[in-house]
Amino acid sequence: MSSTIALILIGVSVLFILGIKFLSSPKTARAGNLVAAAGMVIGLLVLCKPDGANIWAQGWTFNYTLIAIGTIIGLIIGAMGAYSVKMTSMPQMVALFNGLGGGAAALVASLEFLKGAQPQQLAGIELPALHDAGAAITIPMLFATLIGSLSFSGSIIAYLKLEGKCEKPMTFPGQNIMNGLILLVIIGLCGWLTFNATGHNAIVAFIVMAALALFFGVAMVMPIGGADMPVVISLLNSFTGLAVAADGFAINNNAMIVAGTLVGSSGTLLTLLMCKAMNRPVTNVLFGAFGSSGSAQAGAAGVVGTVKPIQADEVALLLAYAQRVVVVPGYGMAVAQAQHSVRELTEELGKRGVEVQFAIHPVAGRMPGHMNVLLAEANVPYDQLIEMEQINPSMDRVDVCLVIGANDVVNPAAREDKSSPIYGMPIIDADHCKTCIVMKRSMAAGFAGIENHLFYKDNTRMLFGDAKASLNALVAAVKAS
Amino acid sequence: MTLESLQAYNQILVLFIFVLAVFVGFEVISKVPSMLHTPLMSGTNAIHGIILFGGILVLADADTTLVRVLGFVAVVFGSANVFGGFMVTDRMLQMFKKKKK
Repeated sequence: MSSTIALILIGVSVLFILGIKFLSSPKTARAGNLVAAAGMVIGLLVLCKPDGANIWAQGWTFNYTLIAIGTIIGLIIGAMGAYSVKMTSMPQMVALFNGLGGGAAALVASLEFLKGAQPQQLAGIELPALHDAGAAITIPMLFATLIGSLSFSGSIIAYLKLEGKCEKPMTFPGQNIMNGLILLVIIGLCGWLTFNATGHNAIVAFIVMAALALFFGVAMVMPIGGADMPVVISLLNSFTGLAVAADGFAINNNAMIVAGTLVGSSGTLLTLLMCKAMNRPVTNVLFGAFGSSGSAQAGAAGVVGTVKPIQADEVALLLAYAQRVVVVPGYGMAVAQAQHSVRELTEELGKRGVEVQFAIHPVAGRMPGHMNVLLAEANVPYDQLIEMEQINPSMDRVDVCLVIGANDVVNPAAREDKSSPIYGMPIIDADHCKTCIVMKRSMAAGFAGIENHLFYKDNTRMLFGDAKASLNALVAAVKAS
Repeated sequence: MTLESLQAYNQILVLFIFVLAVFVGFEVISKVPSMLHTPLMSGTNAIHGIILFGGILVLADADTTLVRVLGFVAVVFGSANVFGGFMVTDRMLQMFKKKKK
C-alpha cells in the first residue's frame, strides 16, 4: 500500500466519524449520511489487496465480472427494499440489512480461514497447509465467523418476530443453561482452533463451530418478546460492526477496522441508551423473557375507578378552547395510518391559536426515534416534537393530553405500582394534565400485556374507535366549532 | 527490524487504531437526541456494509468454485447492506424538516 493510499484511508476514516457525528443532529443528519456514503465510495476506489496492490489496477478476470454482477444485484435488492419499505416497517428493514451484513462478515472470515486451513494439492499429492496464520490473524477470523453468523440468524428471527410471526417469547425450562452450554462449546472449539488452525480436523471443527453459532443466534433471540426486538436489533447491529472490524484485522484493511469498530461501539452505547429509556438492564432484556404471563397479571390488581367514554364532539370542544394541547403518539397511531390526520388536527388547532406539541417517549413506536420518523413522514415539523424529559415537568399545565395509540409509555403503574413489570420505567405523565383523552380501539392491553391504570383515572376519558376515523371526526368537529 | 517483528509492530498499531476507534464511537453519539436513534441505527447499519470490501477482496482472489459461490454471496449481501442502508437512511432523513415560517 502506497503512503498516498494510506493517507486517503485516513481521510475515509474521518469521513465515517464526521458522518456519524452529523447524524446526531437533525439539521445535519442528512448530510452526515451522505458524508459517510462518500467515504464508502472513496474507500472502494482505493481498495487494496493485503499485499498492497490496488484491486482495480489488476487485469480483468472472470472474478471481476462476478464482483460487478454481485454488486449490481445487491444494489438492486437494497434499492428495492429501501424505497418500497413502509416507514412503520423500518425496524424490520434494518434487521434484514443487518442480517445481510452479518452473513457477509461470516462468509468473508470463513473463506479466509478455510483458505489458510486447506491442505494444498500438488500433482495429486497432498501437502500440508501453506501457512499457519498465527493466533493474531486466526482469532479475528474465528471471532468474525462466530459473531457474523449469530448476527445473521438472530437478525432473521428478529425480522420474523417484528413481522408478527413467532412474536411471543419462546421459553422452556433450562433454556438459559442450554444456551450457555452451546456458547461454551463454541468458545471451546474456537480456543482449540486458535492453536490448530490447519488440516482436515480444523476444517470440520470450524464448520461445526459456524453451524452452532448460527443456531445460537436463533436460540438467543427466540425467547425474547417482540416488544424488545429493537434492543436486540441494536445489539446485533453493533455485533455486526465488531465482526466487520475483526474481518478488517484478518484481511488487513484499516478502513474496515475503523468503520466496524465505530459501529460496534456506537451501537453498544445506543443499545444501553435504549435499555435505560425502558429502565431495564440489558441482561434483563436478553435473558429475562419479559412479559411472561405471571408477572403481567400482577399489574392488573389495584386498579380503581371506572372507564369513562367520551364522544368526538365533546373532545373537539375541549381541544378548540384549550390553551395548550399535548399529543402522545404511539405505534397504534402508525398502524392505523393516522399520522396525516393527526397533523391536520394539530394544524387546525394551531390556526385557532392553541399551542400544540407532541410528547415523544424514547421508545415510542417499535424502535427509539421511530415515532419521529413516522411523524416526519406526515410533515410534522421536528421542532414540535418534545422529548419526554423536557415535557414532563410542565405536564400539569397542559389542558388536554391526547393519547393516540400509545399505552405502556403513559401507564402510571410504572410510577405507582411496585408489583408491575414496568415499575420504574420512565413514562410521559399524561395523567398529570387537566383532561386526558385516550384514543383506543378497545380495552385490550398494550404490547407488553399490562393493564393500564391511566384508563381508570378521574381525569381520563376514553374515545373508542379506529384512530384515523376518530381523528377525522375531530378535525371536522373542530373546524365546525 | 526482522520481518516478524515488523508484523508484530503492525498488529500492535492496528490494535491501537481499534482501541481509539472504540472511544471515538462512544464519544460521537453520546449527545444524540432520541429522535434520531432510528436514523442513527440505520446509518451505522449502512456503514458496516463496508464488509462489501471484504467480499470483493475474497472474490477477486477466488480460485475454486466453492470460494467463488460463497464470495459471490458475500458480495451480494454486502452490497445490499451498504447501498440499501444508505438509501433507506436518506429516505428517512429527507423527511425531517423544520417548521415552515
